[in-house]
Parts: sequence; C-alpha cells; structure tokens
Amino acid sequence: MLTFLLLFFATLSVSIGSTNIPLSKTFSVIFKGDRISKEFQIINYVRIPRTLAAIYAGCALSLSGLILQTVLNNALAGPSIIGVNSGAGLFTTLIIALFPAYITLMPIAAFIGALMVTLLVYFIAKKTGASRITIVLSGVAVSSFIGAITDTLLTLWPDTAIGRTSFLIGGLSGVTMNGIKLPGILISISFVAVFILSYDMNVLSLGDETAKSLGLNVSRYRFIFIVLSSLFAGSAISFAGLLGFIGLIIPHASRFIIGYDSRLLVPVSALMGSLFALICDILARTMFAPYEVPAGIVMSFLGGPFFIYLLLKQKRRVVDD
Amino acid sequence: MISLKDVIAGYRGIEIIKNIDIFFEKGSITSIIGKNGCGKTTLIKTASWLLKPYSGNIMLDGESICNIPDKKLARKISFLPQIRIAPNISVYNLVMHGRFPYLGFSRIPHDEDKAIVENALEKLGLKKYRNKNVKELSGGERQKVYLAMVLAQDTDYIFLDEPTTYLDINHQLEILDIIKELKNMGKAVIMAIHDLNSALTYCDKVCLLDKGEIVIFDTPEAVYNSREIERVFRVKCDEIHLEEKDQSQYIFSI
Repeated sequence: MLTFLLLFFATLSVSIGSTNIPLSKTFSVIFKGDRISKEFQIINYVRIPRTLAAIYAGCALSLSGLILQTVLNNALAGPSIIGVNSGAGLFTTLIIALFPAYITLMPIAAFIGALMVTLLVYFIAKKTGASRITIVLSGVAVSSFIGAITDTLLTLWPDTAIGRTSFLIGGLSGVTMNGIKLPGILISISFVAVFILSYDMNVLSLGDETAKSLGLNVSRYRFIFIVLSSLFAGSAISFAGLLGFIGLIIPHASRFIIGYDSRLLVPVSALMGSLFALICDILARTMFAPYEVPAGIVMSFLGGPFFIYLLLKQKRRVVDD
Repeated sequence: MISLKDVIAGYRGIEIIKNIDIFFEKGSITSIIGKNGCGKTTLIKTASWLLKPYSGNIMLDGESICNIPDKKLARKISFLPQIRIAPNISVYNLVMHGRFPYLGFSRIPHDEDKAIVENALEKLGLKKYRNKNVKELSGGERQKVYLAMVLAQDTDYIFLDEPTTYLDINHQLEILDIIKELKNMGKAVIMAIHDLNSALTYCDKVCLLDKGEIVIFDTPEAVYNSREIERVFRVKCDEIHLEEKDQSQYIFSI
C-alpha cells in the first residue's frame, strides 16, 4: 500500500509543478526520451532529481530518527534534537562558506559533522550517567552552541551558495542529479545495512544489560548505529538543508501504525518518510505556484497537527519514553 | 562451575566489592544477601561478566571467562537485571529474543528455536499471552515473561537481580517455584535477594555480604547458626519449624 502510494506520488511529483505536464506526456517523455523537448528538459533536469531528492531525504531523515530513538531508548531523540542536524549543518556551512571549491564533498563533510556532534553528545551524556533526559539535554545544549557557530558563519558569509533561511528551514528547490548522486549512494548503502541489522536493533532496545547478556556487543553496535544515523542525516542535509521534523515524527507515526518491531519499522519508516517528504514538496511548489515555499515549512504545517492528531487518537497507547 | 578468586570490582574507579572468593555450581540455587548498597548487584554483574573486574580471576567451566566470545558466553550465562525496560513488543517476540545467541547472520529462527520458545511459554503458563504486548502485562506476568526468555536462552548459569521485589505474594511464590524448577533442570541459579526468609528456605547456598566483602558463604543452616545475619542487619532472627510441612521458616524482629 505504502509502496503504491509512493509510486503514485512520485509520478505526480514528476508531472506537476509550476509547469504542469500531463501524465501521458510524462510517460512518453521518460520512456521515449525526446531530448530536445522542453518537457524533457524540465523532467530530466528538475523534476526527477527533485523527486528522487524528496524520496532520499524523507527516507534518510526518518531512519536517522528511528535509529536514534531506538538505540538511545529515547522517544525524544531525533536528528534535530540530539545534535545530528546541527553537526551536519555546521560542516555543510563550513564547506560552502570557506571551501566552496570542495562543494562536491558536502555529503562527506555533513556526515563527519553529524557523527562528531552525535558522539560528543553521547559521550557527554554517558559521562554524566547517560539517562534519557541527559542525552536530550546535552543534545539541546550542544545543538544550540553548534547552531550559533553555523549562524555566525552564515551571517559573516551571506553570499554563500546556499541561502541562509532556506538552508535552516530545509527545502528541495535547486537540487541537481549531481548533487544527490553521492548522498543517494550513501543513503542506499546505509539502508541495506540498517535493514540487515534491524533485529539487533530490537535486542539493543531491551536495554544495555539485557542486550549484553544476550551476547550483543552493546557499545560496538550502538556506535555502528550512531554512524549509520549520522550517515543518513548527513547525506540528506547536504542537499536538503535542516529538515529536522521528519526524523522526530515519522518513526513515531510508523510505530502507531505497525508497532515496535524494527524489522518492519525500518522499511515502513523509510517509505512513510519518503512519502511525507514527497507530498510536502509537491505542496510546497504547487500551493502558491508559480511561487514556492520551502518544503520544511510545509512539513511543519502538515506534520505538527498530524502528529497531535495521532497522539489524541492513540491517547491510551503511551508513547514509549 | 563459575568461580571467582580475589575479585575486586566497582564503578568509575571506586571499589564496591573486594576480596571475593566464591563459586556457583550447576543444579543449585545461591542467594546473595546483604544490606542496601553492600554490593549484591555488583557481585552478580561481575560474576556474569557484565561488569569487568579491576582484578582477580573468573573461571567458567575451567576456562578464563575473559577469553570467551560474547555470543558463546551468552549461551552459558544469562542475566536478568532488576530494572528493565518493558518493551512494546509481543510476549512471543520477547521470549524469542532469548534465542538471539543461537541465531545465525540472517537472524531467522530455525524450527528448533521456535520449539524451544514454545516450550518456555508452555512451562511458564504464558501461552495465552503469546500475542499480548509486554507493556500491557502486570509486574508479575512481565517477570514470568522475562524468565521465559531466560529459559529460552537455555544457559547453565542464570543470574537474577531481585527477581521477587515489588511482586505480590502469589507471584513471589510462583517465581520462586519457577527458580526451583530451573535448579531441578540442572541449572545454577544465582540471585541477589532482599527477602531473607526466601533466601534461607529456597536456596542451597547463601552468601552474606557486608561492605563489599563476603562475611559467610555456606548452607542456609550454617549461615543461620553463625548469627552473622543478626550482626550485619542488626535484627533478631528466629527459626520456626512447621511440623505439618516439615519445613523451616524464619522470622525477623528488631
């Protein structure tokens, strides 16, 4: 069902926008490939990269949040709260502002930033007892500090290749095929890895001592999962900006639908994240066409009330904290 | 047999237990007793290798425990912590986690694993709960589900941290009977426990700890007769023999 919906919206995303291309024309352009037509140019250089970007970003940020929530046993963990986003954001900004010649390395830089800040938050929390609340508090503190550095950089170098506001809100306009090639590969590899390790994620969510006594090397696996989470978030942020909200709400929404088994949660969260990002992006560029609003704004407009609706509907089912 | 020799262990450089010499044999129940903060949990965590000691030797069936890989160790030793997360998964899935040390790379359980899980559910009377969410169960039922997971893990040595704390009397006795059953299956059960009467009536060996050191490690009768329980806990302990049940019970007063 989710796959079908994703295919439907992906097709819709390729067809509609400021210039609407009928579905029949879209298919004929894709499959026959009349390379000089205006439609081909739009579909090939704008719509397909953008659709793929939404699918990748939604999947990656949703899985990044799912991993963090599961392996840190913390319902509040999300890439935007735990420091993943701020780390990726800082390193992305550093590349754009100070080393624009190396802009192709942005996904790698974003990943390194995400990983460094997440590990920093994790170690601070561990040093102070690693309770669920210390992880969130240290994440908020570190994120705020790192965010201030990013803000300073973006203020001092206002003419960077990305707009400050659009980067902070997050959006998919101006995405190119080249820009999503490396992040796409990293996200696909990470997806396969996290899918393979989803059962281990279930065991890890039983708590450190139980997982250890079941033979799981807890610190090694937690580190692997944090690396994967950073890879997901870093890759997505490198082309989509700080779309933080998906990582917090989509994993919870997925749990409301199919429960807590990571073997199902991983594919379902990935599909739901992609679907949500795709729908938000379609709305972002069609609601006020020919103008468009950043997808991040639409995500918060749609996601916030939807999440509150889920909480109210499922008020008897306590969110796992 | 698990044996600890001259073991010192603790957290963040602080020694909690010292000069520990103790052994645990298959087919027996050992209880670790002592006042709050005396190091009961630290001792069972160290003996089960969840906590690495600062010094000393721990041997498992003649092999140094530090040389045994994680998965292999998990097929020999299981540990049930006192404070656990109540996972939002079904009873069946939680019990199946007990088979984790035996699963291959694909993590897909074989028929044998499924049969062992069914058997564990059956033994603990949990078949009717198999599809129920663990979070929806009462404390006593949840404890039984965790014991079923331990049973499915099928280890020779089972460490339990306060297995009966916070449970009503019916569930306490039920859990203690399950522990007895585990012993009859040839397993070594080692539990940190606050209930001194249960420790003295259900166990084959009692280890009394005080300020991180072993005061006495012997049979319940010998521990009772030593009067060390009275000294350490600063209470009076009396044995009452119940003729009709041919069983002793212990009462405590200040």
